[in-house]
Amino acid sequence: MTTSVQNNRSDTGTALRMVGISKSFGPVQALSDVSFTVQAGTVHALVGENGAGKSTLMKILAGVYRPDKGEIEIHEKPCTFDKPEQALAVGVSMIYQDLDLAEHLTVAENVFLGNEPVGILPFTVDYKAMVNTTAELAENFNFDIDPAAVVSELSTGDCQVAAIIKALARKASIIVMDEPTSSLAEAEVEGLFEIVRRLQKSGISVIYISHRLEEIIGLADDVTILRDGKVVHSESVTKLDIAQIIRYMVGRELTEFFPDRDVKPGDVRVRVNNLSSDSRIKDISFDIRSGEIVGMAGLVGAGRTEVARAIFGVDKKASGSIVLDNKELSISSPADAISQGIALLTEDRKRTGLCLGLACSWNVTIASLGLLGMKRIINPAKENKIAADVGAQLSIKWLSPQAPVDSLSGGNQQKLLIARWLLAKSNFMIFDEPTRGIDVGAKKEVYSLLNRLAEEGKAILFISSELGELFGITDRILVMRRGRLVGNLKTSETTQEEVMHLAAVEAN
Amino acid sequence: MGKFVRQLLPFGSLTLIICVLSALKPDTFLTTENFMNVLRRSSVNGIIAIGMTSIIISAGIDLSVGSMMALSGMVGAYAMVAIGGSNPQGGAFVVGTILGVVVGVICGFVNGVLITKLKLQPFIVTLGTMSAFRGISYVWNNGQPYNVPSYKYLGEGIVLGIPISVIIVAVIVAIACFLLKYSRLGRYTYAIGSNREAAFHAGVNVDRNLIYIYTFTGLLVGIAAMIATSRTVSAQPTAGIALELDIIAAVVIGGASLAGGRGTITGTIIGTLLISVLRNGCTLLGISTHIQLIVIGMIIILAVAVDQLARTKTRELQA
Repeated sequence: MTTSVQNNRSDTGTALRMVGISKSFGPVQALSDVSFTVQAGTVHALVGENGAGKSTLMKILAGVYRPDKGEIEIHEKPCTFDKPEQALAVGVSMIYQDLDLAEHLTVAENVFLGNEPVGILPFTVDYKAMVNTTAELAENFNFDIDPAAVVSELSTGDCQVAAIIKALARKASIIVMDEPTSSLAEAEVEGLFEIVRRLQKSGISVIYISHRLEEIIGLADDVTILRDGKVVHSESVTKLDIAQIIRYMVGRELTEFFPDRDVKPGDVRVRVNNLSSDSRIKDISFDIRSGEIVGMAGLVGAGRTEVARAIFGVDKKASGSIVLDNKELSISSPADAISQGIALLTEDRKRTGLCLGLACSWNVTIASLGLLGMKRIINPAKENKIAADVGAQLSIKWLSPQAPVDSLSGGNQQKLLIARWLLAKSNFMIFDEPTRGIDVGAKKEVYSLLNRLAEEGKAILFISSELGELFGITDRILVMRRGRLVGNLKTSETTQEEVMHLAAVEAN
Repeated sequence: MGKFVRQLLPFGSLTLIICVLSALKPDTFLTTENFMNVLRRSSVNGIIAIGMTSIIISAGIDLSVGSMMALSGMVGAYAMVAIGGSNPQGGAFVVGTILGVVVGVICGFVNGVLITKLKLQPFIVTLGTMSAFRGISYVWNNGQPYNVPSYKYLGEGIVLGIPISVIIVAVIVAIACFLLKYSRLGRYTYAIGSNREAAFHAGVNVDRNLIYIYTFTGLLVGIAAMIATSRTVSAQPTAGIALELDIIAAVVIGGASLAGGRGTITGTIIGTLLISVLRNGCTLLGISTHIQLIVIGMIIILAVAVDQLARTKTRELQA
């Protein structure tokens, strides 16, 4: 590899044209006759509910799947891809949600993974060239990143930069970003936008997949909306607003995104006093009334999840107490927490939520087998009935309760986890980023569910990185910064700016 | 549909092998006597494989089962000889048998505690105890076996025309199937193997359940050890060398995944029988034991490869 960086692109014209793409998996028609055109040097948003066909379309573009029908032209040259390498070779790079980086390697090693420059001796790697080229790429695009840093020690935002440099090193002219902001805090999001704009300026086309529609309005030039495997609309973003996009996505009017709340908070149910843990949270105190939804805002790394983990018995408490309904709890494991009425919907449903290969019903009942009268022996018929009932109650779409969880869409997986905690009959429910990576319709359902739980008198702690939803659903907002609680505000009396300021700006 | 085919695969291959051998050697292979013989020979491996299945479902592994079996047998037979002299009888057998089984339980418990409390990988812990248990078996009687010439009941006894050892296997299979399918412990075993972190966050006491699983396996190894002792009317400190590999092979052929979360008792039993029938068939056909090793090695790889292929196909259909 030479050190000069040239992208195989033309700065104007059509970067990508996909025409009449159809793809079916067995009986399921994932895409039918989809046409998708991206101009060079533009940001093109691709939106649609989960299962609308976005991922399938992008996997066809990346050479992961072969379309049943249809043609692909990259820079006006027809292409067919049998494998991902061929797509990479003509300048198509995918940056997946989980970034696909090797955690124990450095940024430079990741950038050249599978593509290492050969050193003086055969079968050796020229580390210096790797580091230098990476530094050069970073400099060209004004990225502030250390090529020698190990990926596991980087922030999520920097990991994204590393993934982008990796794409640039492969001379990408079309970069697909799948939900790039889902794991970023609000402050990092702006940084990412800046990067996307820089890519755009240098003539690279960015296909941007996101559930956060505000981002698309602020960032994209064009938007293509998919529904049920078909393109329902494709237009310049300036001609659309969020309400219209949502309408195209769901095919129905979401008149009100957030449910009406008229719950009168009752007595204090939860009291957290001076909670500290070994994982950097210090002296956290707050209380939650019955029927109250209390939000928790903060940047990534502010310690929000750590508060949840300390309450739930995942992390060891260094000091402090948790009082539920005037009874001080003694918790040293999640099992203790659950038996004393606390639920935690974790932020990472794949890692700490679901047993992916196992049946839906098993995943639903796992936290409450004892409570359901199956303390030692499980009655499968009864279990299936319970799962089917709660599934119907939350309108979870599954083939049957016995289907494996990984056959469900993200939104339905999330609803399934909420069902788990409904069955556990918890009184204090903590939801850590419950709407991350799920589609608009499912989000709305989650909000209504939270509201319903509040109406039943439960105390709810709602951790979120999206200020919009915090303001849409909560009664009060707690703000975390660097492991400390720095704000406790009534939602109706504060503004997004104030919360952001508290979360992001050092006091005095 | 894919799932159904996958589950039928081991069973189908077993049936196929039986059919082929029946056709080739109808007068020696296809006899009640030969079948009982195969079943009896599979009993020791079958019992241990049931325990190993539960461990592998929990995403663990137990390399120490072979050594554990030797140690259980040695201690059990030692007790018999200590109580009843050079040709022990009756009461000594009862005490020795119980003691041998208890040793298995203790060994399994030790594995479980080391794995959970020291937070070590099961592979490492049981690699260590594999060596340690074997060492104790040798030290126990200076490397010499114990002979218990009249201890024949477990190995050769027959009730209603069925070998006792086969009846014991059947009972254990029934209990283990029930536990895995219908008990909370069984459910948690799958959950821990599928996603240990998720199970923990859902309130599963992971450590306690793992200790149960390893101790349960120890119990089964203890029982198998006494059957093995009875079959050879002696306890050998060299018993069960490399046994763990045969056991793991049977479990894997039966469709369990070393990554955890997947596996069944019926699959494992079919896997065990498949290996036994193959050995038996090869012997009847006059194929040397050396060639048998090659055949079994290929079967293991083939079984898992086919299973994997069926799995990807199903996933593609679902995607």
